[in-house]
Order: sequence, then structure tokens, then C-alpha cells
Amino acid sequence: MKQLLVFIRKEFYHVFRDRRTLLILFGLPTAQILLFGFALSSEVKNINLAVVDFAHDQATQHIIGKLQASRYFHLQQAPLSYAAMETAFRQGKIKAALVFPANFSADLGHTGRGQLQIVADGSDPNTASTITTYLTAIVGDYQRQLNQAAGALPFQIVPETRLLYNPEMNGSLNFIPGVLALVLMIVCTTLTSVSIVREKERGTMEVLLVSPFRPLLVLIAKAVPYLVLSLLDFTLILLLSVFVLDVEIRGSVMLLYGVSTVFIVACLSLGLLISNVTASQQVAMLVSMMGMMLPTLLFTGFMFPLENLPGPLRLIPNLLPSHWYYLVVKAVMLKGLGFGAVWRETLILLGMSVALLGISLRNFNIRLA
Amino acid sequence: MDAVTLEHITKTYEKGTVRAVEDVSFAVKPGELFGLIGPDGAGKTSIFRILTTLLLADSGTATVGGHDVRTDYQAIRNTVGYMPGRFSLYQDLTVQENLNFFATLFDTTIAANYALIKDIYEQIEPFRDRRAGKLSGGMKQKLALCCALIHKPTVLFLDEPTTGVDAVSRKEFWAMLGQLRQQGITILVSTPYMDEATLCERIALLQGGKILSIDTPDNIVRAYPHPLFAVKTDAVHSLLHDLRAYTPVLSSYAFGEFVHVAFRQNQPNNDAALRDYLRARQHTGIVVKPIAPTIEDRFIELMTANSTAAHGN
Amino acid sequence: METNPAPAISSHELSKHFDGFRAVDRISFEVAPGEIFGFLGANGAGKTTAMRMLCGLSYPTSGQATVAGFDVYRQQEQIKQNIGYMSQKFSLYEDLTVLENIEFFGGIYGLTNQQLRTKSEELVTTLGLQSEAKKLVRGLPLGWKQKLAFSVAILHDPKIVFLDEPTGGVDPVTRRQFWELIYAAADRGITAFVTTHYMDEAEYCSRVCIMVDGRVEALDSPANLKQQFHTDSMDDVFYQLARGAQRGE
Repeated sequence: MKQLLVFIRKEFYHVFRDRRTLLILFGLPTAQILLFGFALSSEVKNINLAVVDFAHDQATQHIIGKLQASRYFHLQQAPLSYAAMETAFRQGKIKAALVFPANFSADLGHTGRGQLQIVADGSDPNTASTITTYLTAIVGDYQRQLNQAAGALPFQIVPETRLLYNPEMNGSLNFIPGVLALVLMIVCTTLTSVSIVREKERGTMEVLLVSPFRPLLVLIAKAVPYLVLSLLDFTLILLLSVFVLDVEIRGSVMLLYGVSTVFIVACLSLGLLISNVTASQQVAMLVSMMGMMLPTLLFTGFMFPLENLPGPLRLIPNLLPSHWYYLVVKAVMLKGLGFGAVWRETLILLGMSVALLGISLRNFNIRLA
Repeated sequence: MDAVTLEHITKTYEKGTVRAVEDVSFAVKPGELFGLIGPDGAGKTSIFRILTTLLLADSGTATVGGHDVRTDYQAIRNTVGYMPGRFSLYQDLTVQENLNFFATLFDTTIAANYALIKDIYEQIEPFRDRRAGKLSGGMKQKLALCCALIHKPTVLFLDEPTTGVDAVSRKEFWAMLGQLRQQGITILVSTPYMDEATLCERIALLQGGKILSIDTPDNIVRAYPHPLFAVKTDAVHSLLHDLRAYTPVLSSYAFGEFVHVAFRQNQPNNDAALRDYLRARQHTGIVVKPIAPTIEDRFIELMTANSTAAHGN
Repeated sequence: METNPAPAISSHELSKHFDGFRAVDRISFEVAPGEIFGFLGANGAGKTTAMRMLCGLSYPTSGQATVAGFDVYRQQEQIKQNIGYMSQKFSLYEDLTVLENIEFFGGIYGLTNQQLRTKSEELVTTLGLQSEAKKLVRGLPLGWKQKLAFSVAILHDPKIVFLDEPTGGVDPVTRRQFWELIYAAADRGITAFVTTHYMDEAEYCSRVCIMVDGRVEALDSPANLKQQFHTDSMDDVFYQLARGAQRGE
């Protein structure tokens, strides 16, 4: 037992004495979170907005006037037909549109309840959500004015939001679970495999093998530090999300840690497998980058919507642990779902981890070749 | 019981196309300082890796301390010390940390076996807080030896410990091995430097995966079959050419400023005849003197005798 | 071969400092054309640093030196045209064939196609590599690689060839064949500047320079050095000189 502890301490020395490893460990997640966070959620200005006005009355003119006064929007001159609006969206000329139905004012006047439609380009989900919020606020402002003037009878304007192209708003805060999957992969798969292969390259692995220390313990000693470090990274990302990006973690934090640990075991096993079949640090790095990171970026769904994948490729994500991890974290962290809702995904992830761990342990060489 | 035995060990790489070790058999007695002497590619490292249980031989059996290298590998790993060809230290750990780590790995402490490494460790102790990567070649070598010795192994394997190390450090290193021998540790050491062979009790000359000869250095030198002469003139290069053109000469190899010459037939007037021949060839400053052969002479002799069939290589 | 009265290499008080550390400390020597000059020293004595300056790979901190008559400060390009270089670590491309290596290195030094053809034929014949000419260098025995690497290094008939530990790990027969190649090159007037760890090899050199702690501590023929230090081996000469060295690598 003492041997194991000394070994683990040695691994930490390696990490803390290598500036590059430290940078990857703590610089990378910070940079990613901040980059994704701020690059995607910055304030929007001068949005090209079109109005489709079937009503043409005092109420709609009033609202249009408010829109023109706003610095957020740049109103297209002539009101459009519905078809022209769709074309303008496709051509990228407008980012959002406000549609007043023909009976808008009539409904408002008779029933006290008017409906209008906000249409936004959902392919840029962050901008779309901001636009929707602004437009709703402006309409809400008008409603308050009406109510103040009318006194007793409350008017109600109900905006109906419609997102083109990306109705479920995939991608807004989804990058956080994505970054989590990516960072855990880097730390567990890449760093672990590189640290083992480095011992092969330097010749220290030979000495370790020719010692009473059990080969299996070498693996454990290698894995434990990176398990700890990746949990640290996980915590760092959560803290940055909550305190810097003001993201609310809706689900159970304990559940998140639990699922992450399962995912980490899968990543560590992959790292061990890679270190088994490669003999140089560069190759290990390349294999884990190309073989693990790229699929994670492409196929988990956090960068590109999976719906856009052509037929057979759509099956690939199912094979990736990172895909299942991403689904669970998204559900728990952003939607606030409990274990009951994600037990199936968690079970698949657990199965994958156990299988990978088994394969990597079976393949571990107790000799050099 | 022999400390190390090999019987008909063969090892090939790349699906049998590269024969690294071919039918090698020898035994090392307890407490012996045994040398594997040969150039790169002779099979030294493969033999060491087979004995340290890092590689499996294709065929043949081998034991270390009575344990079979194939089935009893854990028992061997518990008792041997091994210093691979490269200095296998953690460059980013300090001298002290390296030593501590290896001591713990072998389930012992520095204090427990300090007597064994004391003489060596004292030389590097002033640098105990320096990282191993910042040590000189000689220092690294000493630290690596300390790490390999820290658990008081019964058999110590040193794979080319002096390669790439300067002559001064090499001398010191061999002096340390001499001291360790006094402690009763069996030592197997490999080296490409022929002059180091004489520092071992027994040696195996290796070439192309095969053993050329196994014996004490004295016996190996004594087995050299011809009287040997050292020849020198003022023009080394043309001397070599002329010697090769001279039919009575069997072999001529440059050894520093001299050329070592053996004759086909053992005639009493060989040296006088050679002198005459060289004079006729306009050589000046001619020296021809009988000398005792060295390990290297014997190695060359065995090597060329062995490769007359398979020319080249 | 016309003898050039000017020395092949001349170094006067040549120094190189790194952050106040005197890696090479005012070394002075001259190497005559066609000489085989042994350059010895313990690890860290400054051999490699000195050799880099002479090859035009790094600027000296102070002192003067010329190589093949060219100044190491101002004429590094001309120096590189007139020297050959071979080291144990890097010599040939393992994944090119023997002929491709010859063509590549010959091409670098601006040999014409005609020259290349004759040269490679000549070289392959001298080394007895006819049947291996179209094989990858990777498959050659180490000794052949070294001999080939040396021959490639002097393909363009340089004035000086720098050899950095050229014979490490080679068997004793091949090692001697290698040295005969050096002798043959020296007979053609090519100066050889050799570093080695094998002290017995120092005895093949016409003169030997031993560096200790960045300085030249001895410079003479092996025979004279042995006499001066009252011993019969260069190993011992070296040991007596380098034992007092203060620094490692």
C-alpha cells in the first residue's frame, strides 16, 4: 500500500513539475469555458428585423415605432409578405421577424387578448434567444402602456415564438457539457496515455516491470492521479459556469459527479489501451487526438447538430461514451432532470466503461513485447 | 546452483526474419562478475531482457536464481536489480526522490541497505536535491546504479552501463563494480568496449546473436592460435595495403599506431622476412615486435573465422 | 594532391560563453591539410560546442577561427560548402535506399547529375554494396550504415570532414574498415576532425587534442603524449588529464 502511495505521489510530482501539463490541465478548460461562454453570449445590436403586418392599424404602428426607436434593431423598410419573409431568412438578410395577424387589434380590443408571432433564426441559438427576449420586452412595454391608459380592463398580448432551423435551441448552453466531455477526455485519455508511454520511451518502464511492484498496480497508480485531476477539472468547470457565466445547475450535483466518475473510468481505460499499442509520446498524442477528440467534437452533438448527419453516420454517436455522457450531463445540469430520467443513458455509459476497463486490463503487457 | 542459466535460448523479431539471439547457452556462478562483450546488434540487450523477464524467448529455457524466466517471473522480479541501456531515471525528480521512489517500489528503505550503496551514494549526495536530468553523465550512471542496488538484489543486470560515458567515468564505474563483487552480488554486465572485458571474471564474446567464446579473459586471450606481431612504419595507410599484398600474412588489423599481424605459417624468421619486404617497399621507421594478443585480437579472429562462410556483415 | 600551405583549420583563442558559463575557453590550435585530428574530452568538456562553431552552426563569443580558409563569423555559408559532417546520431535517411541517400546528399551539395552518376557508382563499388544499392538503408547492418554515411559525407570532396563519434557500437572489424576509409580520405588530402570515446581510437590519429573544462589541456601526437605522461596507453593519458575535471555535461 505504501508503494502505491509513493508511486501516486511521484505521478503528482511529474504533473506539477511540467508547465505544459499544468497548462493543459487548468489553462485549457478555463480558456474553453470563457471562450465559448463569452464569444457566444455577447450582447446583440443592430439586428436586421422585418415586420409582417397583416393588421395595419394604430396598435401595430405603435409597436413598430418602438422597434424603430430601439438601438437593438435595424428595421427593414417595407413590411413583407409571409413568403418574402421566409426568403429573407434563407438569404440571411434578416435575423428575426415580427408577425401581426390581420385581426390583432380587433382581438385585443374585443377579447383583451391579442396574439402576435416572433420568428427568429435558430441556427444561431444564442442570438435567437437574445432577440426573442428583447422583442418580448418591447411588446410587453406596449402592453403595460395600454393597461395604464385603460385602467380596469387588462389587455394581454401573447407573443408566440417560433424558431426557424433549430426549434429546440440546441447549442445555447450545451457547450458546457460538451466542454466537460472534451476536457475529461484530454486529461484522462491523452495525458494518461502520454504519461505511460513516456516511461516506455525513457526506459523507466523496464525498471518498473522488473520490480516486485505488480504490473496491475502500475496501472492503478497511473490512473488515480488523473482521476483526481479530472475531478478537479470538473469542479473548476462547474465553478466557472456558475460564477462567471451565471449558469444555473438545475439538477443534482452529486449525480453529476457520479456520472462523471463513470465517464472518467471509460476515458482512463481508453488512455491505457492507447498506451499499450503505442511506443512514442507523439503517436500516443496523435492517436488520442484524432481517435478520441475529433469524434467527440463531431459526434456528441455539442458543436454540430446530430440531426444534420447523413443516415448511417447517425449511428456513430451511439458508440461514443462521450455522446452518452453529454446527454446525461445536459439533462441533469441544464434541464434539471433526475436519475429517473437518465438511468438508461447512465447504464449504457457504465456498460461501456466496464467493457473498456476490462479490455485494457486484459491487454496490459506484463512484459515488453 | 548457478545464479543464471540459459539453455538454447533463441529470440527472433519481426516474425522470425531478424534473428537476435541464436541458440545461446551459458551459466553464471553465484557471486561472479560476468561480461557479455559484443558490438551493437550482437544480442546483448535481448539476452538481458529475456533474463529480466521482460521478453519471452522463442525457444530454450533460462533461470535466474533458480526461477524459470517464463513461469516464475514474479519471483525473479522480486530479487533482481536491473539497469537498462538508457539511464532509466525520472529526469524531473531529484536524486533523493528517485532513490526514495525505487526503494519504496522494492518495499525497502534507503536506510535498510545503505551499507551497500554507501560508497557510491556518497559521491552523489552533494547533489541530492538536484533533478536527475541536470546531472552529468557519470552522476546519472551512479544514481542509476544506486537505484538498481537499493533492494540488495541477488543478481544485478547492467546493460551497457558505460556506453556514451567518458573514459574517466567508465574507469570509476568499473571500480565500483569491483567493490560490489566483494559483497557477493552476482553481476551480469554487457559492453561494446573490448578493453572492459578484462575487468570481468568470465566473459562471453557475442556477435550476430551467437556466442563466439565463453571463458575467463586470460583463457580467451590464450586461445589465440597464432604468434602475433605489432608492426609500425611511418606510413600507416600504405603499410596496411602492403601487408595485405604480402602472402605470408594471414591477418593485419590496425591497433592504434601499430598494425597487429599474424602469419599463415609459424616460421621463426617471419619477422625478419617481413622487415625485408617492407624495406623493399620503401617503408621507413620499421618496427616489428612480438606482442601478446588482446581480447580484441581474439574477437576479430573468431569473428572472421565465423564469417568466412557468410561474407560481409 | 596540391598541398595547401594554409592550415585546414586554425583556431585562435576561440571562446563560447553561455550566460557567463565558459563552455569553450580560449582554445587555440591548427590542423594541417590531410591530417587526422583527434578531438577528445570528457562529457561536457566543450567538444560539441567547439565543433559546432567550426562547422559554422553557431557564432563564437570571442576569438578567431578559420575553416578551409573561411572565417567562422562572416563566411559560414562558404564553410558549409567546404566541409562534410557525419555523426553517430544522424547520418542517413533510413527510409530511403542507398542510392536515394547518395543522390539526396549529393544534390544538396550541388553535384551535377553526371557527377552524381559516376560518384554513386564508384562509391557503391568501393563499399561492395552493389546488391544493396536499391535497398532501404534501414535494412543494412550498422557497420555498413556508418561506412556509407562517411562516404556520403565526403561525396562532394570537402576540404575537411567532421566526424562526431562515428564508430560507437560498431564491431571491431568494421571499426577498422571505417578507419581505413578515413586514412584513404586523408591520402586524398581530406582533413579529418574526429571526436571519439574510444581512447584506443585516438591512437589512429596523427595528432590528438584533449579538452578539459573547455580548455585545450594537451595537443600532440599520441606517441609524444604517451611519452610525456609516462604511460603506454592513451586511455591513461586521458585519465590523468580529465580526472581533475570540474564539470560534467
